Amino acid sequence: MNLEETITAISTPLGESGIGIVRLSGKEALGIASRIFRSPRGKGPEEACSHSILYGRIVDPADGDVVDEVLLSVMKAPNTYTREDVVEINCHGGMIPLRRVLELTIREGARLAEPGEFTFRAFMNGRIDLSQAEATADLIRAKTERSSALALQQLSGSLSRKIASLREALIGVCAHIEAYIDFPEEDIDVQTADELLQRLNMVISELKRLSSSYDEGRFFREGVSAAIVGRPNVGKSSLLNALVERERAIVTELPGTTRDVIEEYLNIDGLPLRIMDTAGIREAHNLAESEGVRRSLQAIDGADLVLAVLDISVPLGEEDLEIIERVKNRRSIVVLNKSDLPHLLEEDLLPGEMTRVRISAKTGEGLGSLKREIGSALSGGGASEGLMVTNLRHKLAIDRAAEALARGGEALREGMPSEITALELREGLNRLGEISGEVTTEEILERIFSQFCIGK
Amino acid sequence: MYKEAEYDIVVIGGGHAGCEAALASARMGFETCLFTMNLDTIAQMSCNPAIGGLAKGHLVREIDALGGEMARVTDRAGIQFKVLNRSKGPAVWSLRAQADRLLYRLAMKEVLESETRLTIRQASVEDIIVEAGEVRGVVTSLGVCYGARAVVVTTGTFLKGLIHIGLDSFPAGRAGEFPSSGLSDSLRRLGFKLGRLKTGTPPRIDSRSIDLSRTTEQRGDDPPPPFSYSTEVITNPQLPCYITYTDERTHRVILDNLDRSPLYSGRIKGVGPRYCPSIEDKVVRFPDRPRHQVFLEPEGLQTKEYYANGISTSLPYDVQVKLVRTIPGLEDAEIMRPGYAIEYDFVYPTQLRHSLETKLVSGLFLAGQINGTSGYEEAASQGLMAGINAALKLRGSPPLVLGRHEAYIGVLIDDLVTKGTTEPYRMFTSRAEYRLLLRHDNADLRLREKGFRVGLVTEEDYEAFLDRKKTLESELRRLAVTRVGASEVNPLLEALNTSPVAESPSLEQLLKRPGVTYRLVRALAPPPSKVDGEMEKLIETEIKYRGYITRQMETVERLKRLEERSIPGDFRFDQISGLSREVLGKLQEIRPATVGEASRIPGVTPAAVALIMIALEKGKRKGGSDTGKDRSGSRGHGLQMQGRPE
Repeated sequence: MNLEETITAISTPLGESGIGIVRLSGKEALGIASRIFRSPRGKGPEEACSHSILYGRIVDPADGDVVDEVLLSVMKAPNTYTREDVVEINCHGGMIPLRRVLELTIREGARLAEPGEFTFRAFMNGRIDLSQAEATADLIRAKTERSSALALQQLSGSLSRKIASLREALIGVCAHIEAYIDFPEEDIDVQTADELLQRLNMVISELKRLSSSYDEGRFFREGVSAAIVGRPNVGKSSLLNALVERERAIVTELPGTTRDVIEEYLNIDGLPLRIMDTAGIREAHNLAESEGVRRSLQAIDGADLVLAVLDISVPLGEEDLEIIERVKNRRSIVVLNKSDLPHLLEEDLLPGEMTRVRISAKTGEGLGSLKREIGSALSGGGASEGLMVTNLRHKLAIDRAAEALARGGEALREGMPSEITALELREGLNRLGEISGEVTTEEILERIFSQFCIGK
Repeated sequence: MYKEAEYDIVVIGGGHAGCEAALASARMGFETCLFTMNLDTIAQMSCNPAIGGLAKGHLVREIDALGGEMARVTDRAGIQFKVLNRSKGPAVWSLRAQADRLLYRLAMKEVLESETRLTIRQASVEDIIVEAGEVRGVVTSLGVCYGARAVVVTTGTFLKGLIHIGLDSFPAGRAGEFPSSGLSDSLRRLGFKLGRLKTGTPPRIDSRSIDLSRTTEQRGDDPPPPFSYSTEVITNPQLPCYITYTDERTHRVILDNLDRSPLYSGRIKGVGPRYCPSIEDKVVRFPDRPRHQVFLEPEGLQTKEYYANGISTSLPYDVQVKLVRTIPGLEDAEIMRPGYAIEYDFVYPTQLRHSLETKLVSGLFLAGQINGTSGYEEAASQGLMAGINAALKLRGSPPLVLGRHEAYIGVLIDDLVTKGTTEPYRMFTSRAEYRLLLRHDNADLRLREKGFRVGLVTEEDYEAFLDRKKTLESELRRLAVTRVGASEVNPLLEALNTSPVAESPSLEQLLKRPGVTYRLVRALAPPPSKVDGEMEKLIETEIKYRGYITRQMETVERLKRLEERSIPGDFRFDQISGLSREVLGKLQEIRPATVGEASRIPGVTPAAVALIMIALEKGKRKGGSDTGKDRSGSRGHGLQMQGRPE
């Protein structure tokens, strides 16, 4: 609970809500926000007046990728909840962008807040008066208890064994490097940089796999959101109705009948799927529809899976290609509807790497294979051996561990001084320690003395 | 009881800790008396005749920077100096010296005897006088009493020392010296918790019986680099060490006689160090190793004794003779002194404050092996700090506590008092989380100022330090602003196989490149004032690793406020609800003095730290130290967020 650090957290409940807030508090809050926020007017959080709201985008400074369109509430110390600079990033794109924003704030220097830490700061900084000291303590106790119970529950036996074994492997690598540093005159066989690098890379790739399993785990936990998109009248609503096997959306021959996003729930192989039918993407003719179009674009950004529907009975149009362009780098399936009609669509113009399924929403043909493809598209992640990371705190710790270890590997490869490599590896171990318990110097020494005969 | 004299500070023990403690307190202006059981073994090196090495060399440098004596005496007594780890990064270079055991002792005794405020007495202190929780003086075995306002206990392995050679054992402080038993009981009576540790030494061999031609010679650096900032040049003749190895025959002898080992027959109860196992331990625990290294170290210029480092043993004498004679070069070896194991009492160091004063008795300080450490350097470091802090206490000043980011000494003491130890504690560089900051080459930059401020570093040494610092700073500035033309630099870079530069780089930018040394940069644009050998390396390190150094400094900065947030001595941890029993137990046992310290106690979670901080803040606000900050005034902004989930 270091008050010097800037903390960050998703401060809205996790789950279905499409809107969520990432809250930053601390000395670096404005600086971190500035580094990832781009405003069309060019005004950043640091120049903004206190208690004002800025409109703009969150951009990954590493690759310039736009993560989400956001509203930024800037509140400068001392008139804030924590009496520190606070920035609240209001995200609209659902869980994935929300989490990416959180990860960006961490990458830029914030620390994930401990349970109850915002309130703790409010108290420590005099924002909450003395009479509420016990209440603050209670809140921390309760939240800590709940979060550690949750973390424990989410740290399955096989996962915790996996983390423990990676930790062991890492301690082994550290022991070699530390022994090499501290016992230069001992007659000990320390592994070469290449051997250590190999062991290190094994750990890193395992960590990456665990990290990618998080998304898959999340699907089971939080459900998957799938968006059905396509230009007007390709049969999106019919597809939705066919999938859920009842009439939900209004289906007419008139383009643009679906004015809003319609949600339905279905279950594919145990995966809870929230499926959204969107207004057709094209230039809107009236106000109601333009709102619908805006929302459907947003639905694409927030969806875990996109079903891009094309009408197989007509040649590809400009709008179709635009849609394909928009979704081809996403987890998506091209659904060729109306397979009961003559095939006039030029399939060879579609990107080869995209999964294609021919169906007829009308006759039900191909629906089975579509469901199978949906299932496999969602489980193509990294989960293996039933290992799944399901706790965000765990995932972030794993990611940061992997980053530090990668830097350590780099140092090792480039022949940097071994204490630099050691520094990064310890950082990696400390991160893993956030999940599996602190790794102490004592453990590394223990390994050195059991592995090497030290004793000049 | 006969009361002979009244002192400000009494130091019990004349080993490496005791000498530093007594010198520090006397030099800081306090009438000091050092008691030793034997005037002829002041500053005795009971184990191997070497000072320094990895992390230990760093400690010696720090002692010197603070104004302690070990480095200077080592320079006077050293018969081989070698920088270890030269092939590795600059943070883990470390100096190690072989010392002439006799010269060391005499040199240190001479220093002690020339200190005006220091009295030295041969006597065995058997009791510590405490009244109302405050130390008042000491009583010797002859029943003579000496008054004191502070007492530093540095008894080494002497407390209830018990030597084992084979199945024989006898009380001793060291081979050939009496143990101290009264003091151990005195500490127990005062309420201290004591434990038992074990350490050991190898046999010493007559060099006339060694065939050195069958060993490998190892020489030191030439010219020998000194430890102390104030030493100009090493004048002693330099001697080599020799390396040989045990083999299967040695191991057979050991395995055949394990039933006569006090270690393996269960006679030794104390815990020995894992990093310094006896040869019988090595053979048993690592049965696959065909050989173990033996370092033959000269004990001095005037003696034929060699220390057989690597075969520490407590096997019976006849087995020692047999095993030594299986080693190449030692076939005809004559053992002059046998190896032995020694068990001794130590005080669990979690009973100490960071000043090394005991929590139980005001004015009572402990330093050295009594705190569960091993090694001359570890002992001397603590002795120095205990001496400084005893003096500061009498001055009414706050103690000098070095942070983990400031010195290995800080790491050492913080580890001891917050984590405790169950085996003899030795310093390793891996124990320091800020290893890149705690370098051999910058000990003076880290500590000289502090040593001067407490009054240990002389005016002259301090001036020399300021000069050095000024040269360094102006050179760093010069490197940052001086630019050299690309046409001038590129041929050099080409020769180094690195990519050329397009524009004129600063010398600093140039030095950041792999392969570019300070010497090369200096040749391109020479500095106005002389930049000597050691500073070359320092400059190189500061610039090449600046990114990492800055990263470590930032971490230190972030943790600083936690370290500054103090916990009152009478703070009731048990009044905080919600702490687990385990955490509460540890907090009550260790009684951390700051929140930072509390957070480093194993098992103390961030939530526990938060609860402690809330309780502290509560106490502070209730206690009227309320600074009148706006607390209840503006209920408008932000409070509406209170109910939000986080």
